[in-house]
Order: sequence, then C-alpha cells, then structure tokens
Amino acid sequence: MSVSTLTPVLSAQWDATRSWTLATYEAGGGYAGLRHAFTQEPAAVLATVKDSGLRGRGGAGFPTGLKWSFLPAPDGGPRYLVVNADESEPGTCKDVPLMMATPQYLIEGSIITSYAIGCHHAFIYVRGEVLHVYRRLLRAVEEAYAAGYLGKNIMGTGYDLDITVHAGAGAYICGEETALLDSLEGLRGQPRLKPPFPAVEGLYARPTVVNNVESIASVPAIVMGGSDWFRTMGTEKSAGFGLFSLSGHVVRPGQYEAPLGITLRELLDLAGGIREGHELKFWTPGGSSTPLFTAEHLDVPLDYESVGAAGSMLGTRALQIFDETTCVVRAVTRWMEFYAHESCGKCTPCREGTYWLKAVLRRIEAGQGSMEDLDVLLDTCDNILGRAFCALGDGATSPVTSALKHFRAEFEQHITAGACPLDPAASALFGYPPRDAGRLAGQMAGTVQA
Amino acid sequence: MTITTPKQAGGGVAPSNLVTFQIDELEVSVPKGTLVIRAAEQVGIQIPRFCDHPLLEPAGACRQCLVDVSMPDREGNLRPMPKPQASCTLTVAPGMVVKTQRTSAMADKAQHGVMELLLINHPLDCPVCDKGGECPLQNQAMSNGRSTSRFVDIKRTYPKPISISTEILLDRERCVLCQRCTRFQEQIAGDPFIALQDRGARSQIGLFSADVLGFGGDVPAGPAALDESGRPFASYFSGNTIQICPVGALTNASYRFRSRPFDLVSTPGIGEHDSCGSAIRIDHRRGAVLRRMAGDDASVNEEWITDKDRFAFTWQSAPDRIATPLVRDETTGQLRSASWAEALDVAAAGLAAATTAGGGHGVGVLPGGRLTLEDSYAYAKFARAVLGTNDVDQRVRPHSAEEDAFLGHAVAGRTVGGAGSVTFTDLEQAPTVLLVALEAEEEAGVTYLRLRKGVLAGRTAVFSVAPLASRGLDRISGTLVAAAPGTEPEVLDAITGSAPLGQLRTVADGLTTAGSVILVGERLAAVPGGFTAVLRLAERTGARLAWIPRRAGERGGVETGALPGLLPGGRPVSDARARVDVAAAWDVPSLPTTAGRTTTEILRAARKGKLSALVVGGVELADLPDPAKAVRAIEKVGFVVSLEVRASAVTELADVVLPVAPPTEKAGTYLNWEGRPRPFPQALASTALADHRALDALAAAMGAELGLRTITAVHAEIDQLGAWDGARIDAPVESAAEPTELAPGQAVLASWHLLLDAGRLQDGERFLAGTAKRTVARTSAATATAAGLTDGELVRVSSAHGSVTVRLAVTAMPDLVVWLPTNAPDCAVRTSLRADAGDVVQLAPADPAGDDVVSTDSAGSDNNDEVSA
Ligand SMILES: Cc1cc2nc3c(=O)[nH]c(=O)nc-3n(C[C@H](O)[C@H](O)[C@H](O)COP(=O)(O)O)c2cc1C
Ligand code: SF4
Ligand code: SF4
Ligand code: FES
Repeated sequence: MSVSTLTPVLSAQWDATRSWTLATYEAGGGYAGLRHAFTQEPAAVLATVKDSGLRGRGGAGFPTGLKWSFLPAPDGGPRYLVVNADESEPGTCKDVPLMMATPQYLIEGSIITSYAIGCHHAFIYVRGEVLHVYRRLLRAVEEAYAAGYLGKNIMGTGYDLDITVHAGAGAYICGEETALLDSLEGLRGQPRLKPPFPAVEGLYARPTVVNNVESIASVPAIVMGGSDWFRTMGTEKSAGFGLFSLSGHVVRPGQYEAPLGITLRELLDLAGGIREGHELKFWTPGGSSTPLFTAEHLDVPLDYESVGAAGSMLGTRALQIFDETTCVVRAVTRWMEFYAHESCGKCTPCREGTYWLKAVLRRIEAGQGSMEDLDVLLDTCDNILGRAFCALGDGATSPVTSALKHFRAEFEQHITAGACPLDPAASALFGYPPRDAGRLAGQMAGTVQA
Repeated sequence: MTITTPKQAGGGVAPSNLVTFQIDELEVSVPKGTLVIRAAEQVGIQIPRFCDHPLLEPAGACRQCLVDVSMPDREGNLRPMPKPQASCTLTVAPGMVVKTQRTSAMADKAQHGVMELLLINHPLDCPVCDKGGECPLQNQAMSNGRSTSRFVDIKRTYPKPISISTEILLDRERCVLCQRCTRFQEQIAGDPFIALQDRGARSQIGLFSADVLGFGGDVPAGPAALDESGRPFASYFSGNTIQICPVGALTNASYRFRSRPFDLVSTPGIGEHDSCGSAIRIDHRRGAVLRRMAGDDASVNEEWITDKDRFAFTWQSAPDRIATPLVRDETTGQLRSASWAEALDVAAAGLAAATTAGGGHGVGVLPGGRLTLEDSYAYAKFARAVLGTNDVDQRVRPHSAEEDAFLGHAVAGRTVGGAGSVTFTDLEQAPTVLLVALEAEEEAGVTYLRLRKGVLAGRTAVFSVAPLASRGLDRISGTLVAAAPGTEPEVLDAITGSAPLGQLRTVADGLTTAGSVILVGERLAAVPGGFTAVLRLAERTGARLAWIPRRAGERGGVETGALPGLLPGGRPVSDARARVDVAAAWDVPSLPTTAGRTTTEILRAARKGKLSALVVGGVELADLPDPAKAVRAIEKVGFVVSLEVRASAVTELADVVLPVAPPTEKAGTYLNWEGRPRPFPQALASTALADHRALDALAAAMGAELGLRTITAVHAEIDQLGAWDGARIDAPVESAAEPTELAPGQAVLASWHLLLDAGRLQDGERFLAGTAKRTVARTSAATATAAGLTDGELVRVSSAHGSVTVRLAVTAMPDLVVWLPTNAPDCAVRTSLRADAGDVVQLAPADPAGDDVVSTDSAGSDNNDEVSA
C-alpha cells in the first residue's frame, strides 16, 4: 500500500500557505468548477451530479443528485440550500478541518448547488462550539462577495445568490436535518415529523435541500472532472472519494482522502499502524453510532454496501481505533453518556432509554453490575431501536449491542470481578490524570447525575 | 323558537374518498387522510397513547401508540414495515394491514417497552396525585405495561411542584413530556406561555419567560405585560392544559389534593360566563362543586373552555348566598328572614298595588342578562300577563332604542339551521370575518379559538373595527380597521366595493365572498347609528351577521321577550296579530299595547315616581350605564322585589328578596349566540327555586296563574307558541352622532370588559384573579405627549363625576382616544367616571403629590343628574 492510493481532491490544497484564503484557492484552480457550471443549464449540472453517483457524506449515504431532483417544480417562491456543518458525531472530524483549511471549496460547492437547484439564498449551519470555523467561514463568504462570486448578478450571469452562515448553539441533534431546520428558524432543535420531507417543506416550509459539507464540497470537482472521472474512484454503488478520519490508537491520526472501498488495513498502513507494541481491539467504521468492528473486519471494504453487509454502517467514515488496552465497557459508557446528554428529549425511547442505559453501564463499569443487567441492556436497546423518533436513538444502541456481541465476556468480567480488569491509564496516549474514584463512588452512594 | 336541539346535517362521505384497509383482521373504510389511531377508535380498538390528541397536530413524540404495519408493494404483495409505526402520525393507505397490540407480538412488545421507559423516571406517587383514578398513564400502565419494573437505578428528581401561574402548578417528575400542554398553547390558544426546555432526561416543561418565549405576537404593553400576580401575562385558556395533560403533572391550585376522581359525581353543564354556551362538566361531591372541566361538543366549544368557565364557580356558593326569603321589617326597616309564604304575600301585595290595574303607576321588570331561557321566559310572561306591562328589559349595560330595533329585526328568530344563521363551524370556514365592537377573546372566549382555527388553516381573514389592535387580534393575524369610539358608523359606511384600493376595499371585497360573516358585539349599542350601519354593510356585501352579547342569557332573552318591544319568538309587541297569538296561548284576554320602556327608561321612571315598583332579577347595579342613578331609582321607587342568588346592591335596598337558584342548582337552557339551545340538568340537589318557579309562586300569590311551575311546563308552552312567521320589527334607521369638540387635555373614552375582571361571577377565585391582565390606560404617543403623560407612569382619567388613576401604556391607536378596562378591580369606569365608551374624559398626569397607587375615587355630584339623563 502506498500513498498513491490516496486521492486528494478536497484536501489537495490543505498544505498550501494560507490555504483558507480566496487567493490561494483560486491559484490552485478554485472557482473553475463554478465557471464551468455557469456555461451549462442548471438541469445539466444536476444531471452531472446525479450521474456521478455521489452519495451524501453526512452519514446516511443518500444519492445527492436524486435528493436535489425531489424538489417540486419551481413555483416562483423561494427554495433553499442548507449546508449541514453541525458535525458532532463522536469520532467524526472531517468537515471541521475541511472548512478550516479550504472554506472556499464549500462556498464554491454551495454556489454551484444553489445554481443547479434554483436557490437564491443558501445557509451554512455551523456547529456552535467551533468558533474558529465559524469565523473562517464568515471571512470566506465575505471574500466571495467581494470577488463577485456571491451577491447580485454573479459573474454577469444574471444569477443572484446570498449565503448566510449561522452558528448553532451546540447540540448534536441539530445535525439531524429537520432539527437543524427548526434550529435555523429560531426554534428549539427537535426533529420534525416526516412527511413532509424538507424537499417539499423544509426551511420556512419551502422546498429545501439539506446536504453535508463534504457532499457539497465534492460538487465543484465533479462538475469540473465530470461524472465519469468521479466514477473511476470508489465502487460501482459507492462512487468517488471521501475523507477517512482516523483517530485513537494509531501512529498518525488524521484525514485520509481515499476512494470509497478502501479497507482499514490499507488505511492503517498509511497511518503507520496501531501504536507501537499494541494491537487493534475494536473500531468504529463511521462514528459512534455505527456498530463496532473488530480486527476481524480489517479487510472489509469501506463502502456503503460492504460495511452494511458486515453488520455496521459506513456513516461518516469516522474510524475511531482502540487497541487492547481499552476497556470496551468504559468506551461504551462514555458514548452512552454522550447520547444521554444529547438526546433531545422529544421521544420516550431515546430520552428515557439512554438515561437508563447510562445508569446501568456506569454501574457495570464500576463493578457493581449483575448478569441481569446485560439482559436489561439488550432489551432496552431493543425497545429503543426502531421505536425512537429519529436516528439518534437508534444510533445510541449501536455501541451497546455491538460491544455485547463482540465482547460480552469483558462485560461479565466486570460483573464477576467487581471491577474493571483494565488500567485506564494504559490506554491513554498522554499522561492520564488519576482516576476520579470519588465521582463514581459518589454516584453509587446516590448522587443523581443526569 | 324551539328548545329541542337541531339535528346535525348528516355528514356522509363519498365512497371515492374512502380508503379501505385492515386493522386486527377487520376490514375498515375510513375517509382519506384518517390517522390509523382514529380509524382504530372508529372500530372500537383502543391503541394506548399520550401525545396524541384529536384536536392537536400529530407529534409522534411519546411512541406509545406503536403498531405493526404491512403495506402492499407495487405488485400487491404485502411487505411488513421493518419498524413498528406510530399510529398517531400514520395515515391509512389502501390495502394497508395494521396489527395492534391485540394481534401483534411486535406491537405489544414495543408498547410494553415504551411504557416501562416512561415509568423509570416517574415518581409513581399515584396515591397522592390528583389524576390518580382518571390517569391515562395509570390506566395504560395497567393495560399495556409490565407488572414489575426492572429499573433499580436512581430516578431523576425535581423539586415539586413549581407554579407556572397562580392557577396552575407543575410537577415535573410526573410529566411524560408529551407536549400536549405546549402544543395546545401554541396551536390552539396562541399563547405559548410554557415550553419544553433543556434536553435528554432533564427535558422539562418550563416557565414563561418573555425574553425566551415571546408573547406570540405583540407584547402586552406596559404593566399589562404582567398579570395580576406579577408574572409575565399568560393565557386565558391555560386550564385546558390541566385537562389534557395525560398525567398529573399539571394541577390546579384550588383543586389540588381536594378530591379523588372516583369520589366525584359528574354532571354535564353549560358555561354561564359568556354567550358561547360551552359544554362543561361539573364535578361535585357531597353537594359541593370541586371543579369544572370542558365538555366535548364538536359543534360548539370542541374540547376547550376559557379559564373563567373552568375556574369561576365559587360565586354560586359564596358566603353571601341568600338562604331564605327576606322581607323588610316594618318597625326596624331592616331585612329579616321570612317564610316563603310570608315573603310571597308581601311581594304580591306590594306588586298588585303598584300595577296600573291596582291603582299604581305600574311595575318595571329588570330580569338581568344571565338567565336561562326558561327563567327569562317567565319574567317576560310575568311582566305582560301578570303585571300588565311591557316595561321589561334584560339589558344591564349600555343599550339603545336602535338596538331594540336591531335585535327585533336581525337577531330574533335566527336559530341554528335557519336562514341567515351563523354557527361556530361557519366562523372556521368563513373567508372573511369582520368584528365590530367585539373583542372576541375577552368577550366570547371559545369563539376566539374558532376564529383562530380558521385563520391558522389559512381559510379565514379577520378584521376588527376597533380603536386598537388587541393582543388577541394580533394572535389571529387580524387587521385593525381603526375607529375611534363613535366613528364606527362612518368607518362601516366606508367599507364599500367602490372604496379606493386599500384596507376598506379589502374588507368590502372579503365580505362579498360567499360565507363571510360580520360579528357584532353588544357594545355597538353605545354608538348611535352603529347597528344601522352594520345592517347596511351586511345588505351591501351579502355577508351574514351574528350578534354576540357577553352574557349567557341575552341571546335567549331576545327569543323569550325579555325586551320591551318583543314578545316570545321575537314577535313585535306592536303587531296586533302577535299580541293576539300570545294572549291566546297564555289564556289572557289581551296583552298590554303600550310600548315598553328600556332599562334606562324604567330606571328613570322609577326615579321620577312614574313607576311604583320594580321586579329585579340578577342585576348588578354597577354594570348599568349610570350606577349612581340606578341606586337612586331603587331607593326612590315605592316597592322592590329582588330575585337573587347572593346579596347585592339591589337586595340591600329591596323590600322583598326571594332567593333563587344558581345554575348548578337548577336545570335549564341557555341559548348561545348562534341561537343554539344549550340545555343542562341540575347538578346539585337543592331546595333553591329557579326564577321561573319563584315567579310562578309569586303570580299565584297575586291570584294569577303563570303556569310555569315546572321546566316541562315552560317547555310545553314555548313549543306550543312556536316560531313567529309574521313580520319582524323594522330595521333601525339612526344616524351617527356628530363628533364632540374636544378641549385640550380631553379624550374620548374607549372601553370594554376584560375576560377576567371585577365581575361578581368571579368572586372567591383568587387563583384565577391572579391570571388577569393588569390595568393600564392606553393612548397614542401623540395624545400622551399632548397631555403631558409618560409611558409607564400614572395617568389620571377623570370626568365630572370622578377619576381613576392607572398606569399608561402607550399604544398604536387613534389620537385623542383613551382606553380603559370597563370593570377592572382598580378601574371601574361606570362607577368611578359614570362614563362609557364614546364619552369625553379628561387626561392629566397623576398628581405628583398624590398617592402613587392605583386608585379610583368617585365624586358624588348628582346635581346635574337629570340634565345628562
Ligand atoms: C442525530 C443525527 C445527527 C446528525 N448530524 C449530522 C451532521 O452533523 N452533519 C451532517 O452532515 N449530517 C448529520 N446527520 C445526517 C443528516 O440528518 C442528513 O442526513 C444529512 O445532513 C444529509 O446530507 P447528505 O445527504 O449530504 O449526507 C445527522 C443525523 C442524525 C440523526
Ligand atoms: S430519538 Fe427521540 S429523543 Fe432522541 S434525539 Fe431523536 S427525537 Fe430526540
Ligand atoms: S405537563 Fe402534562 S401535558 Fe405537558 S408535557 Fe408534561 S405530561 Fe404532557
Ligand atoms: S400517541 Fe403516537 S407517538 Fe404519542
């Protein structure tokens, strides 16, 4: 496996000096895609994206061009593009570096997409916590206006577009597209009932396309390179390239832009392997909401179909890698704490289920679980999965059920031994503060922590 | 007039609009668009649910209603859906196969799972919960839940309860976060005074914060932003949330811990606080009413009532209830208890002597506007058949001869289903509704909700001829057609199809559209030429017209003849054939032919010795246009018989007081503003007599046969009289008054009653009183500046008779107009100013040396009394 496996497109300019400026972006060929798009009818641009086989990079992998084509015929009223830059899934860290390094890629993609779907006002909804990204986007939009890529009569084409960058307030659920729309409208971020789907009644009840940052950023290259070029990468049903985010116990964590269908084994080669002297224990193929894989799955091609067939989901290609020093109970408990904290509270299964799972997991981790607890964990997951209102609840069950599937013995060890068999400090990549025994003890004594 | 409820028009659905599908092996056909959970109900299958409510938008939040669904694919092969589906959000589709918990293990397991999860953080304090015994959570936990819990961890807890208004307490631990309460406030009332806050297991219903939640439209300006208890102003409909809360999370301050549902006896009733005729349910125990709930009547109030209809019932059992008849002792001059026999004899003798036949100047009858149809009919008949007079008038508020003609011409005889009638459903469907002298939310609560429903559905546009856009108007996206008091006729006349393009033209064009409606309030009676102009407008545009009085009995009184110019059925007194008709039915030789006096005329005649006696029903003198003169009329007139529930300004001065039953202690019928009979049974056992029975006894004591001893007798007689097929009274022809010249510092008074105010029917309910709006005076910015007033500061509004001092809220409205609430605890314009809408008052900054408190004072200068009468 060599570096030639990589297909840097989105990340091609990340190492350029001041890569985030418009000047650098243009010097590297930026905005050629837009110029090319403007030579075509919007429908032709849409057709190219549709033919390319680009699938949504936000997790679900829905064909992007197809989504755009769901918009009803123009009725004279506004229609919107909303870029989902809320990136909050544990492990997922591709959109943030992309927007930090080359925000113009996203702006150009947004202009082409808006042109293709007949939108004159696009929104970029950025995760609230990443203030630096927000600032960088604001500046990028400013630069694009100044250069005449945004505003009225863009490049003399008669086409108008405004882009508004909006910062969220820091809620994972606001990445769910309908919750995002509510949040963008100034309401509490909670998923909406579907139908109507955003394509029909989205932002302000108008036809709306919601796409992930990476999906939109991929558009300029597709328009420039053509759908056939895009299809030379990846697999038949999972075309193109994507950012693979390796984190955890690897020698060189980071973004690896590669064709879909690459395997973890290949990626690990590029990343220098698992940290010295350790071996792979488990990993997530697409973020914490995708069922865990183990070393068994090193050769599963990382495309939508193969990962699905192996029992997980490609998700956002967020590969969190854990070596044998990691306690799976501990990892799952931390994830569950995240879900319990981020559950929006709308529906019973997720709101109450994650609270319960968290409580039981914490108890098991502290060595105070019982064997019945394992059944409760599985049955509660069963009562959440497919019963929750949105995919957050479903996703919350993935780590639990997959961990119990692959590592049930480790859960049982915690119960029988009355303690965690592993040393958490050993799994840390850096000096680990002494375990906060007081917190757990306090909890067991009856402190309520929701 | 008939008092049998009209049959609903049969609502058949064309077969092409039916969808056939299967549920638990039953084949069912329901109209397209029906939700699975509703379709299941129709065939008697109960799917457990929490967030679902038939009148709220589906939410799909609680997930309790999951069912197992299969759908036919293109080839018609049945494909099971991979996940159980929420039946409250899923609409039926042809060929769909639904399996509920009764036939599907998957659905049953899903429901048990959700129920277990709902209970993990629930306090399970059913034994001390108001809802215990009528709780959907409790019931469904029994029917669709596990018998034991596997949850051994620590529950999330909250301090409990918190009060979200003086009226409502919230126990967040019991809340299942179904969001029914918040959805009701947002979708139905338009007053989002509570909202879901925080997230995850800490999600909770949270308090109103004006900064966070806004006021759903405009901000109630000035101190009115805070209710009487000092909280940001909430909602007049908040009590409905308590009722639809599927657990005991929302409780009522006065009912809390007072009772168990299974100890209560429920009797259906009708709200007595407005003319909507809302269905209510009266829950009582051992002779005491403990609470009232909304009844379910799709054609009237749907399932909602105002907080006033819900909470204001203690007046009926207030400590000042009159227990026995009272007569004025000849030696002490004080009222003393008497037997019915004695009281009736004294009353009969006094009245008999006062009639013209008995040698007196005659007797005037003031029945009051809150009577049932039966009682009102009895007063109307008693006046004519026993006292031989047409001097009977139910109106205890500003009124006019023009209004008499309007009521006789355009209101009498318009019952539901008849020509020109307007119903609640019509409002919801009307393309345009024009409100004239009517603040729907304040004066006809559930009518407001219907208007809002039509507006939200995008069908209805509401316009209001008023001096200012109220908060209620804003919440129905209504458009103000600004009119200073007195200028309404001019504005109404300007609504024509030939008006220049603009607001007036829009209204005119809107009203011309089929189905449009004009709703006119009782306050228009104070505007000379108002009803005349309204009738012209209706004629011009073809819009239908409905009159919405405030009081529960007034619409009925138009039909019973509780007005000087009308006999039962709206028969004109002036019509000889009508008189003969009625005389025959009543078995009397003839009816009086002399035109009757109106309330004001009766009181003036009494004051001037031109009447010898008065028979007074439920009349609050303070509600009359000039309370001071009314008091003097009662003082001066020779003999007064009062039929009252509670001690009042009238009973204090009366010669004989006959105690009568409040609504819960009698059966009867209200006719609501639609003209729809709203019969109700007696809720509490009582020895108190209904007015018709007391009048029947009084007639008997006078040697006359009224024939109205029982409610059946009253009904039989009303039915026998039947409807009037003769001519109605002529339409009024009255011209508008010339505008008054205003001196510097003067302004024209605008005023209406707020829903919650100092009305005596709200006595004894301090929790409700806490949710009332605070008193403000409103003027435009220019008027304030001209009079040297400052927004938020005290302003003294005065007349020759007195003044009120209240805070000013500068409001967008016509200049030289000042608005005050008619009867707030700290601002009763009739008593303090002896002024009403349209009168000129003086504005001035409150005396800086004076007390910095809201106050009213009343100067009793009566010298020029008769000049202004
Ligand atoms: C709980 C939850 C969080 C999500 N967060 C994100 C996110 O941060 N960014 C994102 O692009 N999509 C997120 N999604 C997926 C979006 O709902 C949506 O599918 C996506 O934005 C569509 O874009 P795409 O078709 O380009 O992938 C999330 C979904 C769920 C259920
Ligand atoms: S599953 Fe339910 S509670 Fe969880 S985030 Fe989605 S809607 Fe909210
Ligand atoms: S308070 Fe009652 S109605 Fe409101 S969300 Fe909670 S359970 Fe539902
Ligand atoms: S009743 Fe269907 S989800 Fe609540």
